[in-house]
Amino acid sequence: MTSPYGPTGSDLFTLRRRPAAEKFLDVAFHQLTLALAAVVAVLLLGIVLTVFSGAREAIATFGLRFLTTSAWDPVKGEYGAFVAIYGTLITSLLSLLIAVPLGVGTAIFITEDLMPPIVRNVVGLMVELLAAIPSVVLGLWAIFVMEPAIRPALDLLHRLLGWSPFFASVPQGPGIAPAILILVVMVLPIITAISRDALHQVPIELRQGAYGVGTTRWGAIFSVILPAAISSITGGVMLALGRAMGETMAVTMIIGNALNFNLSLLAPGNTIASMLANQFGEADGIQVSALMYAALILMLLTFAVNVLAQWVVRRLSLKY
Amino acid sequence: MTRTPRATASTGLYERRPLHFNPALRRNRFNRLGTAVAGVFAAIAVLPLVLVLLYVLIQGGRLLSLRLFTELPPAPGFDGGGIGNALLGTVIVTLLASLIAIPVGVGGGIYLSEFSGRSRFAQMVRFANDVLAGVPSIISGVFVYGLIVATRLFFGQSYSALAGGVALAVLMLPTVIKTTDEGLKLVPNELRLGAYGVGASRFVTITRVVVPAALTPISTGVVLALARAAGETAPLIFTALFSAFWPDGIFNPIATMSVLIFNFATMPYPAQNELAWAASFVLVVMILAANLLARWLSRISRA
Repeated sequence: MTSPYGPTGSDLFTLRRRPAAEKFLDVAFHQLTLALAAVVAVLLLGIVLTVFSGAREAIATFGLRFLTTSAWDPVKGEYGAFVAIYGTLITSLLSLLIAVPLGVGTAIFITEDLMPPIVRNVVGLMVELLAAIPSVVLGLWAIFVMEPAIRPALDLLHRLLGWSPFFASVPQGPGIAPAILILVVMVLPIITAISRDALHQVPIELRQGAYGVGTTRWGAIFSVILPAAISSITGGVMLALGRAMGETMAVTMIIGNALNFNLSLLAPGNTIASMLANQFGEADGIQVSALMYAALILMLLTFAVNVLAQWVVRRLSLKY
Repeated sequence: MTRTPRATASTGLYERRPLHFNPALRRNRFNRLGTAVAGVFAAIAVLPLVLVLLYVLIQGGRLLSLRLFTELPPAPGFDGGGIGNALLGTVIVTLLASLIAIPVGVGGGIYLSEFSGRSRFAQMVRFANDVLAGVPSIISGVFVYGLIVATRLFFGQSYSALAGGVALAVLMLPTVIKTTDEGLKLVPNELRLGAYGVGASRFVTITRVVVPAALTPISTGVVLALARAAGETAPLIFTALFSAFWPDGIFNPIATMSVLIFNFATMPYPAQNELAWAASFVLVVMILAANLLARWLSRISRA
């Protein structure tokens, strides 16, 4: 009786020694996966370094003036990103203002048994599929269907509220307001999905306790269930804010890409992401650097929002 | 009046209220209002999907023909033509992206779940992964432009299909790593112990026992990442660029459906606008099919 591993003979109890090749394979596999995991960290660092080094020339030339001036003049080589930064903030914040009640309301509709399960499941599936529609298709739809359809409503807004600087211009096609609406469509699925998960995680004992002391369904939702889920919902809202700031295609196609500052929501505007999408391909010299500078600002904004979101979820989450 | 004021000693501790449901009470009216508002909000949330799908199916479905898939787009101002090159280009670029993102992502996920435990390095990689998932897609395009396109890294070529593939891979990677990591964590530890017990090495245990057990969650993540990458436009506009001709190797600019929709939607020619709708139809059908496939995969893995 011979064994391929241990010493030959009738010694059945000899321990099998692991061959060197097998040990090597284990170590090599470990190191390989380690290297692959490190790719993520290196990639993130690479993105920051690449964008920063591209932006260095513009940072040296324009400094912090870049954030507050709104000149964008390739002929004179004078650049300021104020229009784009303002557009990025105003579109993402206003779209969240509309999307948060809608998204949380939809999540309540899906998780609480207001309707038979079949209706809730269909609504949940449809909201998830909405998240899968490519941004560029939503942009196409916004140009040809949504914008002409909401034009009368925007006209009415202009006629009623035209005295205020926010509605002072006559709506003529692309503008900030349609961009805000298409952003609502894009962040709604994120807010709904995260709020739904948060509501699902509220322990059933809390609900039972609330109903046990005699409250109604909406009494329980407002005074027990929502407060218990608020930290995850807040985190989800901030993730959605990061997504809205960086959203590119649909906004680029409908916002009008104006270079001049205009306070009116009905006028064309610009965001950092749509400025990059529009100009990067044809830019050269200091303009590339100025665009990289804008990209750096966008990256820092989304980074801050995302890290804050993770912190909020970890710090505010209730312990049961 | 049979009702007595609250907390009078003569009626005991509790107020006697009628026990039958009274719809006129304020709390019940508020309850109905809440339900109605939630219903309206849910209807508003579903409305855009219905409208977008309806328009894409009607506007794009009208143009469905064999020519659409076999011909090149027409020159501006001319009629007819198809999106054959863009369809092929989307397949090529997405394939290149998955050739990079799937091995790296699955390998990284294996490390996080199987080798690292709760080490400092693993925490750092997970954090970096979450941050990377939140990086706007256009930034990935800027990064690849600065790293590959502007430096002419690939044989002196600037814009190329491979550059577009790398940009998409950056977007796919976080999803693949996260789903692999979480899918492997769900594999019961007894399977690993059993494999070690019969004398399998670590490599054999992971590749022949643990990963096959988590194959469905991993493939769900891969399918979702692919579907997302196929629809992405922002990272491709200034990496893969566009081309009016058939794909010419992976080191040259290439047409993709998403960039075609972007370019043709803003052109003042009806023929181009119609092709944009047709490309949207093909893209949406592909992506929705992939999403339904992923949902089906995750359902059989739970069963």
